[in-house]
Amino acid sequence: MESHGFTSPYTPNTDAERSEMLNAIGAGSVDELFKDIPQQHRNPKLNLPPPLSELELRRDIEALARMNAVPGDYACFLGGGAYRHHVPAVVRQLVSRSEFMTSYTPYQPEVSQGTLQAHFEFQSLICQLTGMEVANAGMYDGATSLAEGCLMAARVTKRNKVMVLDTVSPAYRAVVKTFVEAPQLEEIVVAPAQANPTNEFACVVVQQPNFFGYLEDVEALARRTHSVGALLVVAVDLVSLGMFKPPGEYGADIVVGEGQSLGVAPTFGGPYVGIFACKEQYIRQMPGRIVGRTVDTRGRTGYVLTLQTREQHIRRERATSNICTSVGLIALMATIYMAANGRRGLRHVAELCYHKAHYAASLVSKIPGYSLPAQGTFFREFVIQCPRPPAEINRKLLERRIIGGLDVSDRYPNGMLLCCTEVNSREEIETLAKALAEVGKA
Amino acid sequence: MATPDVTMDGRRKLLMDRSVPGRMGTTLPPLDVPAQPLPSKGLLRDDLPMPEVSESELVRYFSQISQFNFSIDHNFYPLGSCTMKYNPKVNDEMAGMPGMAEIHPNQPPETVQGALKLMHRLQGYLAEATGMAGASLAPMAGAEGELTGLLMARAYHLSRGDAKRKKVLIPDSAHGTNPASAAMAGFQVLALPTDTNGNTDAEALKASVGDDLAAFMITQPSTLGLFDANLLELVHIVREAGGIVYGDGANLNALLGRVKLGDLGFDVVHSNLHKTFTQPHGGGGPGAGAVMVSRRLLPFLPTPLVEQRKGPDGKEQYVLATPPKTIGKMGAFHGNFGALVRAYSYIRTLGDAGVAEVSRDAVINANYILSQLKGHYDLPYDRRCMHEAVFSARNLRHKHGVSALDVAKRLIDYGVHPPTMYFPLIVEEALMIEPTETESKETLDQFIATMKAIAREAAENPKLLHDAPHNTPNTRLDEARAARQPDLRWRKA
Repeated sequence: MESHGFTSPYTPNTDAERSEMLNAIGAGSVDELFKDIPQQHRNPKLNLPPPLSELELRRDIEALARMNAVPGDYACFLGGGAYRHHVPAVVRQLVSRSEFMTSYTPYQPEVSQGTLQAHFEFQSLICQLTGMEVANAGMYDGATSLAEGCLMAARVTKRNKVMVLDTVSPAYRAVVKTFVEAPQLEEIVVAPAQANPTNEFACVVVQQPNFFGYLEDVEALARRTHSVGALLVVAVDLVSLGMFKPPGEYGADIVVGEGQSLGVAPTFGGPYVGIFACKEQYIRQMPGRIVGRTVDTRGRTGYVLTLQTREQHIRRERATSNICTSVGLIALMATIYMAANGRRGLRHVAELCYHKAHYAASLVSKIPGYSLPAQGTFFREFVIQCPRPPAEINRKLLERRIIGGLDVSDRYPNGMLLCCTEVNSREEIETLAKALAEVGKA
Repeated sequence: MATPDVTMDGRRKLLMDRSVPGRMGTTLPPLDVPAQPLPSKGLLRDDLPMPEVSESELVRYFSQISQFNFSIDHNFYPLGSCTMKYNPKVNDEMAGMPGMAEIHPNQPPETVQGALKLMHRLQGYLAEATGMAGASLAPMAGAEGELTGLLMARAYHLSRGDAKRKKVLIPDSAHGTNPASAAMAGFQVLALPTDTNGNTDAEALKASVGDDLAAFMITQPSTLGLFDANLLELVHIVREAGGIVYGDGANLNALLGRVKLGDLGFDVVHSNLHKTFTQPHGGGGPGAGAVMVSRRLLPFLPTPLVEQRKGPDGKEQYVLATPPKTIGKMGAFHGNFGALVRAYSYIRTLGDAGVAEVSRDAVINANYILSQLKGHYDLPYDRRCMHEAVFSARNLRHKHGVSALDVAKRLIDYGVHPPTMYFPLIVEEALMIEPTETESKETLDQFIATMKAIAREAAENPKLLHDAPHNTPNTRLDEARAARQPDLRWRKA
C-alpha cells in the first residue's frame, strides 16, 4: 500500500505550483518570504498532536461527547440564563446555507442583501416582540448587551452610577461590573424594595421575569426611575413576551435580553445573541450594527449598514462601542425561529412553559420537606426549597438520569431553581417529582 | 418585451407584509398537563403583532434572499485582514453533534467533562501556537479579546500600585477596534506614525513612552501586510518603560508555525478564531476571541478557565476555575463554545504537520498576487508582504478618475468579492488583498487577469467602473440617505 505524507485538504497548491509561484515572486525559498521575522525566533517547534483524518477526528469528538451527560438522554430542568426549547428543523437548515454561513459582515451591500435584509427582519421582529421603537442587529450575548446598555445609559444621561436590582442574574451583574469599572462608573446592587434612585443614577436595571423566574413590579419601578431622570433598562426574557406585557408598554428606555431561547441550542453557553432595543431618541448612542433601508441608484429598495459614525471603524476611540464581529448568524436563527412560530406559536410556546412550570411547582409543593419559598407570579422558572443541600439532591437525581435545577442556596436556604419548557413532557415532570420525594428523604 | 418592474420584486417583501392570519410555520405539541390558573390580565399582553407564514413560504423566502449574498463557498473573497478562508464542513458537523450542541452551560462540571477536556486542550494548543503561558477562551469576538487583554493590563498595573499608567500607544495602521477597546478599558489613546518602509516609527515610540505607559498594542503582521522589521526593538522599548506588549492576532494566519509572539516578549495575544481557525463568519459573527497571556498576566485572566486536576479517585478531572486576581467575567457563560469546537477540530485536522502549511501558502499566495499586479496598481510599500498585499488605486484615480471603490465594485461583476478598501487609513485609495492559503493558483491567476482587465477598463471606459456593479440585486445604495433618514424597521403601510 502506498503511504501518504500529510496533505491538508484545505490548501490546494502542490509543491510544483508552489515552486512556480516562488519563481514568479523571485524568491529562492519559502523561508525567504519570512525573513523579516528575527532569525533566532523563526520556525519554532510546535508541540501539537499529529494530524487526524476526518474519521479519526470524528471518533475523537464522539469520545469527548460521550463524556458529557446530554439533555435529551437525560431529563433536564436547568435554566438560569439558557433555555432548552424545541428548534424547528427549518432554523438549522436555513442558517446552514453557505450564503448565510460563509459570508462576511455586510460592508459591501450590493453582494450582501441577503444578510442585510435578514438583519432588518431581525430588528423589526425584535421591535414587534418587545414593543420598542428601534433595535440593533445583535450583541454577543444577553450579559454583554446589558453591560453595553449601562454604558449607553451613562452616555445619554452623563451620570456615572448604575443601579442594578439584586434579583438580576448574578452572571449579568458580574459582567456589568467588568465593563463599568474601567470607565469609572459605579455599579450599585440593591434589593427591589430599596430601589430608590436619585439623580446621580444613569439607570436602573431590572430583569423581567427576574433571575428566579418571578415578575417584578416594573411599572412602579419605571415611575421611580423616570422621576429622577434615569433610564429604565430591562433585561427581558424573550419567550415570556409570547404572553406577558412587553417592556415598551411599561416605559423601558433600553431593552436587552438573551436571544438564545429563540431557536438556538444551549451549546454549553454560546454562541448566543444579545438583544438590544431602545427608544428612537437614543439611537445615536446605541452600540452595535444597525441596518437601514434605503434606495439604490435606480430607485429600488435595498439595505445598508447605517449610522456607522457611531462605530469603531469610523470613530475609533470615540466610538459608542468596540464591537465589530458580532453574531449575525445567530440573529438570523432567532429571526427564522420567530417567523416559524409566528403570532400563534410564540404564544403557544410561552403558555406551554407557563402551565408546565406551574404544574411542576404544584407537584413539588406537595412533597413533604419541599416548599416554594418565593412569592409572586412566575413564568417558566421557580425556586423550591429542598430538605437537603441541592448539590446533594442533584447528585442523586443524576443517578436517575435527571439533571436537576440550578443550585441557588446562596440566596434561598437549600434553594433550587427549576425550569420547565415545552420540551419537558408531563411524564418527565412527574418522574422528577417522584424522584425528588425519594431523594429528599434522609 | 417590457422589463418587469423591479420594485415589485417579491423577494424584497418583508415577513410582516407576507403575514396572513391563520398561517403557521411549524407544529407544536398540545398541552399535556392540567391547565393552571393564568395570572391577572394586567400582566398579559393584548396583542402579539408577529408574522404568520407557512413553513414552505419561509424556506423559499430565506433561500431566495440568501442568494443575494456572496460567500466563501461561492466566491473568491480576498477581503484584507478578514482572512476569509475556506470553512471546513466537518467542523460544523462536530459542533452540531448533540453531545456538544445540547449541553447546558449550567450543568455541573462532572456532567460535562468532555466539553471541558476539549476546552482545556484548546487552551493548551492556542498557548503553544503563540508561545504564551496560558489562554482564556471566554471572549466572544476579537474586539472583546482586545478589551479583555487591556483590562488585564490595567489590573496588572493597579495590582502593583501603579495607578498613573493611563496611556496606550497604537500604530496609525491599526484596526479601529484597538483604540475603541482601549477607550472602553479606560485608557487614553495615542497614535504612533508608520515610517516610510511601513514599520512602526521606533523613534516616535521611544519619544512617547514614559511612566504613564500602560500598554503598546501592535498588530502583527500589520494591516499593511508587513512584519515589522523593528519588532524586537519596539518590544524592548515598551518593556523597558514598564508597559505591557499587546499583540493583536487578527492576522495570526501569517505567523502560524513561523514565529511565536511569546518568544519575542509579548504579554498578550488575542486570536480571532473566526479568522485563523476557520469559524465561519456567518454574515457578521459569531466569532471567538481567545486571549493568550504571558506568565505575569496569568493571575488576571477572566473567569472561568478550565483547569485539570486529580480527582479524589486519582482520575483526571476538569473544573471551571477562577484565577486569583481575575478581571471578572466577559460574558454570561464560558465563551462561544460552538466556535471552540470548530477551532479544536481544525487544529486537530492539521496537527503539528499542517499548521505551518497555513502560513506558508497564505504568504506565498499573497506575494504571488503582489508580484503579478505590481506595475498595474501602485504599491505604496514596495517590499515583500506577508499574508496580504496592500495596493493603492491612486494611479487610476489621478489618470482616469477611477477610485478604489470603483475597482472594488467592478470586481463584483466578475464574481469576486471586493478587497478591503480605504483601509489602512494611512494608504490613499487602499486596496487590501488577502487571498488566504485555501485558494488555488488557478483562482489567483484568474483574479490577477481580472484586476489587469479592470485597470484597462479604467483607462478605456471609466463609466463602466463608476456604475458598477451591474448584475447585483441592487446597484450602489444611497448610504447618506440611510443615515440622514433612519428607516430601521418594518412599519405598517
